[in-house]
Amino acid sequence: MEVIQLHYDVNANDFTCAGEASGKLKRELKRLGFEPDVVRRTAIAVYEAEINMVIHADGGAIDASISPECITVVLKDRGPGIPDVSLAMREGYSTAPENVRNLGFGAGMGLPNIKKYSDKVDIDTVIGEGTTITLRINTAPAEN
Amino acid sequence: MKVRDIVDILDGSIVFGEDYLDRDVYRACGSDMMSDVLAFVKEQAVLLTGLVNPQVVRTAEMMDMKCIVFVRGKSPDIGMIDLAQEREIVLIKTDLEMFTSCGLLYAHGLRGGSGK
Repeated sequence: MEVIQLHYDVNANDFTCAGEASGKLKRELKRLGFEPDVVRRTAIAVYEAEINMVIHADGGAIDASISPECITVVLKDRGPGIPDVSLAMREGYSTAPENVRNLGFGAGMGLPNIKKYSDKVDIDTVIGEGTTITLRINTAPAEN
Repeated sequence: MKVRDIVDILDGSIVFGEDYLDRDVYRACGSDMMSDVLAFVKEQAVLLTGLVNPQVVRTAEMMDMKCIVFVRGKSPDIGMIDLAQEREIVLIKTDLEMFTSCGLLYAHGLRGGSGK
């Protein structure tokens, strides 16, 4: 299998469509025949990140790079940036507004969930410019 | 337990998914916080919730869930039904409250995830 590149745009403030890109990526991974656990972990991590893009930034872009060994997803937004990444990584810490909480998100589990389901996460954030999250999911168990 | 058993036990009604009632389900979770649902993946096939918005269906989709039960008499809107139809997820509604719904299903053999 060659490396497959996929691109999705995420619209700002469109909570109805949030998750559309993650769902498409999930179905594509399933179609390519990846293990259900790999598909699910990728889908959940990207979904949380996509929701964050809609809540905190003005949308953004998702680029996935799929190879037999690993799935790498880069989520780039032009939002306000994250002032304190270690604080944002803490379970239960949230800056989401009340209307987002009413929709079932903003429990402070977004970034912790992304970290939990990914094998590697890099967060590159600049205040006033935006945030880029790069997550990697290994598709095969590490060889001993 | 089959999905159709859930309808009987909760005295519920089927909003969508008549064709999928013979699916087997063993585990469930109940929550109005979707991020909490996403935090614990343990093959739960059923989501019980009082929350009504498209992200409920999308959360179930990401988790490979087979059935969503709306408690406290909540009804999904047409957009959610369309989404569930595309994803082949059964939608059930019941007038029972969350606690009672979970308790009844547990008493009939459905189990929760095993946590972290």
